[in-house]
Amino acid sequence: MSTTGASGTPAPGPGTGTPTLLARAVDVSAVYGGGDRDFTAVDRVTLELGEGEILGLAGESGCGKTTLGNSLAMIANPPLYVVEGTLEIDGERIDLTTLRGDADLKRQRPYRGGVVSMLPQGAMNAISPTLRVRNLVHDVMRAHDRSVTRDEALDRARDRLTMLEMPVRVLDSYPHQLSGGMKQRVITVVSTLLNPRLLIADEPTSALDVSSQRMLVEMLLAMVEQRIMSGVVFVTHDLPVLSQVSDKLAIMNAGTIVETGPTEQLVHDPQHPYTRKLLSSVLDPTQETRARGRDRRTRSTPAGGDL
Amino acid sequence: MTTGTTGADVGTDAATDSVLACRDVVKEFHVAGAKVVAVDRVSLDFPAASVLAVVGESGSGKSTLARMLLRLMPVTSGSISFRGQDVTHLRGKQLRTYWSQVQAVFQDPFASFNQFFPVGGLLRRSLALSSVGREEADALIEECLGYVGLTPAQALNKYPHQLSGGQRQRVMLARALMMRPKVLLADEATSMLDATLRVNVLNVLHDLKDDLGLTVLFITHDIGQACYLADRVAVMEHGKVVERGSTEEVIFAPRADYTKRLLADVPDLRGSLKRRG
Repeated sequence: MSTTGASGTPAPGPGTGTPTLLARAVDVSAVYGGGDRDFTAVDRVTLELGEGEILGLAGESGCGKTTLGNSLAMIANPPLYVVEGTLEIDGERIDLTTLRGDADLKRQRPYRGGVVSMLPQGAMNAISPTLRVRNLVHDVMRAHDRSVTRDEALDRARDRLTMLEMPVRVLDSYPHQLSGGMKQRVITVVSTLLNPRLLIADEPTSALDVSSQRMLVEMLLAMVEQRIMSGVVFVTHDLPVLSQVSDKLAIMNAGTIVETGPTEQLVHDPQHPYTRKLLSSVLDPTQETRARGRDRRTRSTPAGGDL
Repeated sequence: MTTGTTGADVGTDAATDSVLACRDVVKEFHVAGAKVVAVDRVSLDFPAASVLAVVGESGSGKSTLARMLLRLMPVTSGSISFRGQDVTHLRGKQLRTYWSQVQAVFQDPFASFNQFFPVGGLLRRSLALSSVGREEADALIEECLGYVGLTPAQALNKYPHQLSGGQRQRVMLARALMMRPKVLLADEATSMLDATLRVNVLNVLHDLKDDLGLTVLFITHDIGQACYLADRVAVMEHGKVVERGSTEEVIFAPRADYTKRLLADVPDLRGSLKRRG
């Protein structure tokens, strides 16, 4: 586990064959409310992720994918409570429940950010507009290790940017001087400076143009390749992006995982009706989409349907 | 980068029955002493009862173009005509008449509602501003909700938060239709919707084009949606139209480098799956 190591040297590249198990989330349940009117947003979800793998977690708005991501990253805040579930990672079993308040948070603190890092939705908009990126880098590293000096933090960031073939000058930029795509890549680099074992990336590509999306996806693949982190849970509603980046897919609906499997198998031979529906809704610029558009009149909107 | 034209904009559509058209429209902004040309000599025609998609990435100028066509923003130069009449500098009552003929639906339906009032109130208020009587208004509302597959019982007494995203966007479409417009401008109108809802709203737009003869200007960053819905496509980059033509031409036989790059960057669901060597 390379949570506090200052060198930032990545582990050797991935091996071949079946990957060894990196993390297993078991029976994770999360509710909003915590009182008589609980709403179960995540319902006994179990997931597995191998070393060097990217797991794509897909589903529509409100299916619970962000809540599951927050639960795994141990950043659930009231009114969200994780009522059940563990995360096994590197042989350690972390209790994810948050019902006991401060005691739980204290217990989980050593794992947050270091072992499991979260890249929340819209993270690129969270960079302070009045600080240069270099200040953010130092703040993030110091939050986990008070002994880190400014120079050490910047050296680590420079090494990392160079490794990922990104311009080092971004460290001297203010957020408004960076494009949306660059901001998102910078915040991704910053959130992985501590070499987390597992990165949970929530909709990292959703606000980006296709060209910026591609750059971010390629960067994430390179980061896993170079073992900056050992695994990624990539949360998004965008199936085409996931199909490019994921080794495995998990399709979520109404708080449960309805289907999971290797990406290729799931995309080409979906078993669950919901997965099929989701895949058939993808509009990519192909002859097939064009043909569907042409004969759409035969499948017009049902009057009064709950769209 | 373009297809061998000399001007900023690539040719013009040869349509003669355009409902709406713009010619050499330019929009310049002055930011911190520097001039930014957001829209650079764009000429487009919008033939009746057809869907023209304007595709481009963030900052390509497509929304600025839309705002000028809607007369929500003055042009720096160039002209806009509606049914053969120059509307570039309309004011007062004539401008209000134009606005009733050219309606718009934007990306975030929630931002367009007053959350404290039921949907029925919003729709009736829109009509009251147009001096339509109460009974006539109710009939019109029912008719327009019908166009988008909703019934009054499903929508009128509901508050915005009680409707799904797709329903909210369809209510906004109904609101736009109540003015019996000739042109509907949809600016990223389906971008916030889930994939399964998006297809349904696109189908509604297609039905409106067929049933009401509506001309639709569909602005999107998603070339896949344009592929599904549009009759013609114009591709914008840095304020200029770099390619235009029928959907088949632009998407399946692109000539401009930018269009090719845009298409190459679209993630392919069933194509080259994950390839890390």
